[in-house]
Amino acid sequence: MSAGRESSRRIRSYHEVADPSAESIVEQVEDQGRRVRERLARVARVVAVGSGKGGVGKSAVSANLAAALAAGGRSVGALDADLDGPSLARMLGAAGQLARGADGVEPATGVAGVRVVSMDLLVAGDAPVRWRGPERHGFVWQSVLETGALREFLSDVAWGDLDVLILDLPPGTEKLSRLIDLAGVPDAVLLVTTPSEAARHVVARSARLLREAGVERAGLVANMASWTCPHCGIAEPLFPADGARRLAEDSGLEIWAEVPFDPRIPADTDDGLPIVLSAPARPAARVLAALAERLLTP
Amino acid sequence: MKFLCLACDQVMDYAERRLPGDGTMAVVYGCPDCGREIAMLANPMETRMVSGLGIEVGGRTVPPEPLELARSAMDLVDDPAHVEGGMAGEPGSRRPGQVRWNAAARERLLAVPSFVRGMVKRIYGEYAAERDIEEITPEIMDRARSELGLEGM
Repeated sequence: MSAGRESSRRIRSYHEVADPSAESIVEQVEDQGRRVRERLARVARVVAVGSGKGGVGKSAVSANLAAALAAGGRSVGALDADLDGPSLARMLGAAGQLARGADGVEPATGVAGVRVVSMDLLVAGDAPVRWRGPERHGFVWQSVLETGALREFLSDVAWGDLDVLILDLPPGTEKLSRLIDLAGVPDAVLLVTTPSEAARHVVARSARLLREAGVERAGLVANMASWTCPHCGIAEPLFPADGARRLAEDSGLEIWAEVPFDPRIPADTDDGLPIVLSAPARPAARVLAALAERLLTP
Repeated sequence: MKFLCLACDQVMDYAERRLPGDGTMAVVYGCPDCGREIAMLANPMETRMVSGLGIEVGGRTVPPEPLELARSAMDLVDDPAHVEGGMAGEPGSRRPGQVRWNAAARERLLAVPSFVRGMVKRIYGEYAAERDIEEITPEIMDRARSELGLEGM
């Protein structure tokens, strides 16, 4: 066959060709989206807690917000979307195996009745999370799997009627973008950060993404904003003065909370009892409880 | 993705999917007019990406299992080959994840490469569920291989 014959042949375009099997793939993808929307239709508020970088206390903030809201009588779900470094289940005192009910997978129950789903609850003990696949090119297929697993956590879990669903996102700006693709724009987004110089440009980038995505309610949580001397009681900033303010100016986001450093936050939360429950009178706990209430305001 | 038989200008029909080995997924299409068949071959990385989308090429014959992808994609300590029915408490009609696997069948399943094991298990599970088979045994696997053309599985 000559090249001339090939070039003159008309090949119909994709949309000109009817193919039920290809259309079934489109239907399956649309069905996945429909199931996510149906689940989230029963959730009054979806709150995403993210950060540009790791190690800023995002999961501890998520756990405390969920616990504070649940302790206040609200129906609360907490989804640990950090599939590779899950910690939320332990922080909320949830353990055991996920069980299947008539309407999907039943979440585990954590402190104050928070309904929790985390990869922690699928992986036994301290076993590392490992994705099955060919050893090479993991960066290509792994993100597809992670997105699919997150979609399942939203659609296949019998969350029920919730006042608030807290989504604890993994570090990284693109994770928030992925969530919005999957589940739509959250009712509120919190960006947790430390008021450090290193965090500034990361937060600014995340803030820009939020604006472009149409997120209307977003705030900064300046974690470890200050430290109070246990001897003299004087509070000092942990990072350079006005660090949080400069973050807000650079990002264009309002600071919703400045959480003072308190060693009981990691200690108690790691033990499965967030500080808002273990020591509600401490300044850090009061700030976190107030932040939780703010999430409920229109 | 659609496949067009250029000689007949006909869209080719999905015929079957096979896992011929080494993580390859083969999807067979045939022309309804001239009968010519082609196989689309996906390498292990491409196979993983397709399965990561949570879709079935050629259409689903049964609804997806809850957390099907998360459970099949993870290297869990409780390997899916050893999890009977997956999670606890499974009321209702029989579904692929509810079909029991006897010890010999589980042993054979473990010989399948781990990154396609979940998909292979699902195919056998669908086969058994559709036929209301309560327990998968090596004999059932042989029968499914023969009927479904599951070479290398």
